[in-house]
Amino acid sequence: MADIQKGRLAADRLTDNFTDLHPPMSAHEALVEADRCYFCYDAPCMQACPTGIDIPLFIRQIATENPNGSAKTILEANIMGGMCARVCPTETLCEEVCVREEAEGKPVKIGQLQRYATDHLMKTVSDHPFERAPDTGKRVAVIGAGPAGLSCAHRLSMYGHSVTIFEAREKPGGLNEFGIAAYKSTDGFAAKEVDFILEIGGIEIRYETPLGEAVSLDELTAGYDAVFLGMGLPGVNDLGLDGDDADGCIDAVEYIAELRQTDDLGKLEVGRNVAVIGGGMTAIDIATQIKLLGAENVTIFYRRGQESMNASDYEQEVAQTNGVTIRHWLQPRSLEVSEGAISAITLEYTSGSNGSLKGTGETVTVPADQVFKAIGQSPASLLLEEAGLQLEKGRISVDKNRRTSNPKVWAGGDCVAGGEDLTVVSVEDGKLAAEDIHRALSA
Amino acid sequence: MADISAEFLGIKSPNPFWLASAPPTDKAYNVERAFEAGWGGVVWKTLGEAGPPVVNVNGPRYGAIWGADRRLLGLNNIELITDRDLEINLKEITEVKKRWPDRAMIVSLMVPCEEEPWKKILERVAETGADGVELNFGCPHGMSERGMGSAVGQVPEYIQMVSEWCKLHSDLPVIVKLTPNITDVRYPARAAKAGGADAVSLINTINSIVSIDLDNMAPNPTIDGKGTHGGYCGPAVKPIALNMVGEIARDPETVGMPISGIGGITTWRDAAEYIALGCGNVQVCTAAMTYGFKIVQEMMAGLSNWMDEKGYASIEDFRGMAMPNVTDWQYLNLNYVTKAKINQDLCIKCGRCHIACEDTSHQAITNLVDGKRRFEVIDEECVGCNLCVNVCPVEDCITMEQLHEGVDPRTKQPVDQPYANWTTHPNNPSVKEAAE
Repeated sequence: MADIQKGRLAADRLTDNFTDLHPPMSAHEALVEADRCYFCYDAPCMQACPTGIDIPLFIRQIATENPNGSAKTILEANIMGGMCARVCPTETLCEEVCVREEAEGKPVKIGQLQRYATDHLMKTVSDHPFERAPDTGKRVAVIGAGPAGLSCAHRLSMYGHSVTIFEAREKPGGLNEFGIAAYKSTDGFAAKEVDFILEIGGIEIRYETPLGEAVSLDELTAGYDAVFLGMGLPGVNDLGLDGDDADGCIDAVEYIAELRQTDDLGKLEVGRNVAVIGGGMTAIDIATQIKLLGAENVTIFYRRGQESMNASDYEQEVAQTNGVTIRHWLQPRSLEVSEGAISAITLEYTSGSNGSLKGTGETVTVPADQVFKAIGQSPASLLLEEAGLQLEKGRISVDKNRRTSNPKVWAGGDCVAGGEDLTVVSVEDGKLAAEDIHRALSA
Repeated sequence: MADISAEFLGIKSPNPFWLASAPPTDKAYNVERAFEAGWGGVVWKTLGEAGPPVVNVNGPRYGAIWGADRRLLGLNNIELITDRDLEINLKEITEVKKRWPDRAMIVSLMVPCEEEPWKKILERVAETGADGVELNFGCPHGMSERGMGSAVGQVPEYIQMVSEWCKLHSDLPVIVKLTPNITDVRYPARAAKAGGADAVSLINTINSIVSIDLDNMAPNPTIDGKGTHGGYCGPAVKPIALNMVGEIARDPETVGMPISGIGGITTWRDAAEYIALGCGNVQVCTAAMTYGFKIVQEMMAGLSNWMDEKGYASIEDFRGMAMPNVTDWQYLNLNYVTKAKINQDLCIKCGRCHIACEDTSHQAITNLVDGKRRFEVIDEECVGCNLCVNVCPVEDCITMEQLHEGVDPRTKQPVDQPYANWTTHPNNPSVKEAAE
């Protein structure tokens, strides 16, 4: 009998467990940290930022007690600077290349400073920091109110174009709202940020209008001057094992969305023994959160070695510090199901080098009340193919300006090929596409 | 172990670190804490004449500027001389000196510029057992408007006159404390010598407005909406003070006159620098007011360690050693050629050397080599100015290296030419004149 319960921890413990991973910096902390920045020439951090934020400048603006000016510097390059400050894997981006990492092994805390500045602006300034240009009369359709779509919409609106966003869900924000680990985006920040972005005006969102169902790409290209696709990855990869549909075998993305939307963490079902399959950020996020919800034994199983994991070292450490075990070189072989529910998972040891991977034949069976699938999400390839777009491994092919094979259609975010599936990359995609759409519409 | 004891005008102290006349030396409580911490001596905060004491403002009296991480770099103040009763001060000076006979006890004085008040106060000081007096001719605010402090220090004739009175009416060693708020500090030093003073101490604080409060639109510190200039001190003033010490130390008219160095001394190294320029001891204030009296322990240990490393057995062993090397620009060797060199192992690639050189100087540092971020000196362009060294955040990463042989890639001139300076340079018009 699977040991699954709700409310394994008392309500106050749950609240504690899901507060901010990094509490926001105080003004004093921000000033001390900002003073550490060397204001480098052609700063490596800036080069490493997918959105090219002028990091030395925004930090200098914090140091000179101009946090709102600092926030504007950030938001000019990245309208989701607030969320990116919370969720960016800075340890593999700006902070990894900070010269103080090279000098002392202690980079300037760029992410936390960015949060300080953007929070300051959102708390103290009521007027939106950017102005919308006079209406151009041009209309652009955007699919998806996630990071890519919102970023694109905001930039287009700044140029005076009118934007209609078609969103499949009942709420905006995309993965910021439904996917990010709860302790990285507390106090409904994702929703607040969307409200902030919409303050620019000229953006309408139509909810529960998924592409391919409520609206077709043909209709959009006919009815609008340009179309931007930022619908993310709607599907989730299956393990391909018998028992995939048994109780307790759970899609991690779906569970996290439920976790993010619930008003009572005590209502979530939590197993005693939990297995997580995968090696990316989703695996880390689900493992850490299920542990924080009170699961007793949580193990991530990854089929390759530690060096191949997509999750950064830092993220792995967060999971491990919270009591999650990470085991490498093990791939799922079969699910044990009793009375319609998962009871254990059998994994096969693997070995491999230079990308090839093979099972050794040796297996191990571990008890599992819940098995979370976190082995990646899949694009809406069929839909996209039918729409006549050129694809690459099932994702949309785009050029450097994020233009697709259809001259009226641009795309960005997780649904395009070659990206890194990061919020900050999606924001940049949306921005670049908007710039190119603007050029096309102004021509 | 090096002997760091100092003797100044015959006044012995276990180390050369005295506390300058200032708030830290205003009363027995502070001074005894200082002696307990290890300070070698104090100059008691300036006494005025008998009668109702001066009054201070009741609002803020200090302002500051800060470096990174709010490190205090410069402090200014609008405090006056002691606002305690003269009799209490004299009584405490007597008691403290009795309890701490091995520490130097100097009394700072400022009375109206007439012979009688000076005679009177000197008689009272003599009764305390103090080791000497320091004449406060430097205080730039409040007292100067009453014809005292820097109002005296800015008029060499007055300095000479008061010095003469003091030597006439007291057997105690007389130190004249000089104001930097003057065009040429050598004149007041010469006047002090002419008046028979035994030594000079410098610098007193510099006239300053430390900042403007942009909300109140008034200088800081702001008293009820107004501010005034105050005396500036702390690490920021050390370069100004060192230059003034150097000017007096090498002035033929005052050469050999004992100097007590003051101005921004914060570490043992600062102190050693003043002593290397010829000072017999140093006086400290801002560092103590920033960190407390304990910092003297770093100063003592640091000076002693350095002296051991260098093989100096006593302060006198290195005192004044840098003085002969202070010269005028015209005597600098124009045939001495250096180039900056960047240690690539230490370089953290911040690029500040590049942008400083590229934007503001000689375009002599790369930012890319073979398409990679790399900072290297271009010897053909480098004039050896040292700006890159100064802006580099890593100590010893960029060094200035002398060229010993071959030609300077910039000037194409051989670098092994003998010493030659401006006085003999062909471009110097006065040389041409002399030749004719």
